[in-house]
Amino acid sequence: MTQLALVIDLNVCVGCHACVTSCKQWNTSGQAGPLFDDHPYDKDPTGTFFNRVQTYEIGEFPNTETLHFPKSCLHCEEPPCVPVCPTGASYKRKEDGIVLVDYDKCIGCKYCSWACPYGAREFDEKQKVMKKCTLCVDRIYDQSIPEDRRKPACVISCPTSARLFGDVHDPESEVSIAIREGGGYQLMPEWGSKPANHYLPRRKTKMRIHEDELVRADNPLKKEDIRKEKSTDVTLDDWLM
Amino acid sequence: MHPAFSVIFLTTLIGVGQGLFLALFSSQTYSIVNVLPAQPGGYYALGGLIALGFLAAGLVASFFHLGHPERAWRSASQWRTSWLSREVIALPLVMGLLFLYAVVNWLELDADLFGWRLHGQVPLIVGALGAAATLGLFLCTGMIYGAVKFLQTWATPLTVLNYFLLGSASGFVFAAAYAAFKAPNVVEFYAAWAMVLIVAAFAGRAAALLRNARIKQVANLQTAIGIRHSKVQQRAMGFMGGSYNTREYRHGKGLAFLKSVKWIFLALVFPIPFLLLWLGLALGSSTAYVAAFAVQYVGLLFERWFFFAQADHPQNLYYQVVG
Ligand code: SF4
Ligand code: SF4
Repeated sequence: MTQLALVIDLNVCVGCHACVTSCKQWNTSGQAGPLFDDHPYDKDPTGTFFNRVQTYEIGEFPNTETLHFPKSCLHCEEPPCVPVCPTGASYKRKEDGIVLVDYDKCIGCKYCSWACPYGAREFDEKQKVMKKCTLCVDRIYDQSIPEDRRKPACVISCPTSARLFGDVHDPESEVSIAIREGGGYQLMPEWGSKPANHYLPRRKTKMRIHEDELVRADNPLKKEDIRKEKSTDVTLDDWLM
Repeated sequence: MHPAFSVIFLTTLIGVGQGLFLALFSSQTYSIVNVLPAQPGGYYALGGLIALGFLAAGLVASFFHLGHPERAWRSASQWRTSWLSREVIALPLVMGLLFLYAVVNWLELDADLFGWRLHGQVPLIVGALGAAATLGLFLCTGMIYGAVKFLQTWATPLTVLNYFLLGSASGFVFAAAYAAFKAPNVVEFYAAWAMVLIVAAFAGRAAALLRNARIKQVANLQTAIGIRHSKVQQRAMGFMGGSYNTREYRHGKGLAFLKSVKWIFLALVFPIPFLLLWLGLALGSSTAYVAAFAVQYVGLLFERWFFFAQADHPQNLYYQVVG
């Protein structure tokens, strides 16, 4: 079974929002029609996005760290949003694990968005249907696009390559290796929704150096100082020299 | 959560309708075995139609909640997994059975189905089916909220229980008011049961309030973003003009407002109608029953608003600071 997903490396995300804008651009131009925007160039602009980048501060000054945190639908393996949908508009694809909304079936009851603990679904106030990340399903299989560009728009646009895309069920895929070797984790695992998307933690390269590694404590010269006391015994050298 | 008036009216109105039907059906059952004076079929028929009216009004209100009401028929398809879908099936089912109940009583159809030599066996059968469907509908309505496990405020059997008790109480109060005009000799039955149900509903709702006051949230900001540090703060949610996420999951009112709504509903739903029912019983005044229903229904609107507003959704963890 295939489970396509994103792996987001928080260590390299710089919070530039390129994924947010490229996602909006791709998904507002597609078959499903524009993604709703209200007052886009005015006071209090609001609209439907599939992807958001948030910023968090960890720790207290002066020991703080900034975390940029992209958030979109995690394409959960046990998506709580799917079984609650009364129309069957929300579904999880068998073939690749993508969670989708059929906009032609959705009645806009919003129940699925209540049942997503991550707030990944956003209602389209104009089309009156529920929308969410599609993992660019209309792009990743498009034969008219060069093969190396058949990836979600956000992945392609990320200038720091913080976003990886692939099959997390294939143990040898780039994403699986990244999760396995880079300490990939899931968001709010306590709900049992088994998000397919993973996050790679912030990492710092550190070496642990002990005091005794700087000052040699076990210098053999100090241990048995052969310079201090000379032997007064007659040695072979005395005879020969 | 943001309380939507469509859903507030839907749940309160169908609650009254279901409770009213249970009241009518129980009094009719009692009268079959001669515990209560029997009423003419027209009494139950009219009452059943009024209950049907409440349910229909709730159904109309529910359509205002939908983005695409014209596709509402699709929502009956996922009954295997979705409580909302089950409710969509149960509601028209109850309405159909109520209509049948009204018709059967109106025509005073009767037959000795079981050979008991008692009158009213046909309405009894139809009514029993209706009562079962009504209880099913209460279960569906409650489970729509109770089944979302991370909405911890709702994820308790008390949610289902309270939908049942509050709906039944308001229906019995309405039945008392209805009987005050149409069948004065059974008013006491409805009023007494209404008082019992009010006390029970108070116990159930108070238990839910106590539970929610000391609820331990499973998720926190640390698990939400996966950072182990005791001090993590949001600095930007990613946009400034608000979004669906900032509108749908919060009531947008202050804590004082929330608290005042709680005390208002606690007063309007329980003690005041209770006293008014008692007054009605003591004085035999029909106005008191009508007032009891009116006060309680308004109180239920407050109660339902509070029910939604109080629920804290874990997605709010991601939306705390604009920027
Ligand atoms: S992140 Fe939310 S919307 Fe996406 S699959 Fe999981 S529960 Fe559903
Ligand atoms: S809003 Fe649409 S997709 Fe979501 S539960 Fe309702 S019908 Fe299903």
